[in-house]
Amino acid sequence: MSFATEVVISLFLFLGACFALVGSLGLARLQDFFMRLHGPTKATTLGVGGMVIGSIIFFTAGEHELSLHELLIALFLFITAPVSAHIVGKAALHRQLPCEERTKNVPWAEGEKDSVDIN
Amino acid sequence: MSSLAGKKLFPHKLLSAFMLGLWLLINNTIAPGHWVLGLLLAWAIPFFTQSFWPQSMVINRPVLALRFLLLVLWDILIANVQVAFLIMGSRQKLNPAFMRIPLELKQDFTITLLANTISLTPGTVSVDLQMEEGYLLVHGLHIDDIDQAIADIKTRYEKPLKEIFECSNP
Amino acid sequence: MLQSVIQITMFIIGLALVLNLWRLCIGPTMTDRILALDTMYINSIAMLIVFGMHEKSTLYFEGALLIAVMGFVGTVALSKYLLRGDIIE
Repeated sequence: MSFATEVVISLFLFLGACFALVGSLGLARLQDFFMRLHGPTKATTLGVGGMVIGSIIFFTAGEHELSLHELLIALFLFITAPVSAHIVGKAALHRQLPCEERTKNVPWAEGEKDSVDIN
Repeated sequence: MSSLAGKKLFPHKLLSAFMLGLWLLINNTIAPGHWVLGLLLAWAIPFFTQSFWPQSMVINRPVLALRFLLLVLWDILIANVQVAFLIMGSRQKLNPAFMRIPLELKQDFTITLLANTISLTPGTVSVDLQMEEGYLLVHGLHIDDIDQAIADIKTRYEKPLKEIFECSNP
Repeated sequence: MLQSVIQITMFIIGLALVLNLWRLCIGPTMTDRILALDTMYINSIAMLIVFGMHEKSTLYFEGALLIAVMGFVGTVALSKYLLRGDIIE
């Protein structure tokens, strides 16, 4: 494996790891639940995406034949991450979790408590 | 297309192509034997499960679909960097907001695609869908102007989706 | 060089996993814990992929794919339970 390939793989791995860390940091330090929802859905998908691209280059260059099956993981995560974020968010709406005070347009504030009728 | 006791022989061409691609990827090979087996599966599974999939999806404008895919991928990249800076910056400066996006899309599949696109891109997560009242509830991490953000989402994502999937077959 | 980069990457993902574990412990609500578990399985997929590169083996790919499938089902089942008080009606 040439030095240039190693640099490219390292770049992808490092970027992916940083995005994964930032996503988890968002989960750990933001104030209310709905803000925490943003970290994992985006940063971790791109984090895994970076790892997957790095891994594809690594095994393709290491074994001299195209190895694309890691793409399946990225594809699967890009399909499921928004769905799981949606359904967790829906559960949170259903329980009407407390929001940060600055949040605008909270659906269950100002007496329209019944409007969030999730079934 | 021939019909067999009221059933179409190839009910979902896109699904079939997708399944063939998936089969080749999961086996990580392009050997001829796997092409045959994959083609067989890609025909048989949509054929025998066609009553589960009432709507057949059609891409009316393939070029626009490809451009939309690239746009979304690019937006995901940009959004990730923006959200990363928002998360690492000051927590007190964030302006979270809920938005109600009125929907013009009609088909379930297109609405799903729109909701997933919104969840994957700039600082927004779709949290609830109200079909009767026809809006999508979206939470934004840092929204300065709510009306502007709603208009952005509608022109950037909803309009292309409507053109790709829904326009010429009402 | 690549081996040390892989080790640094694993360290960073480990840090991310610790942060998730912290959120899983302090809560404060049930949905926060579900979200923490969700993030944790995605991070462990990343960890497995990198570990596969460390061991130069493609076997770990299968494990990562299984975790992806099972983790998604688990998240949906737990959220569904919170939404309805029941998983399969």
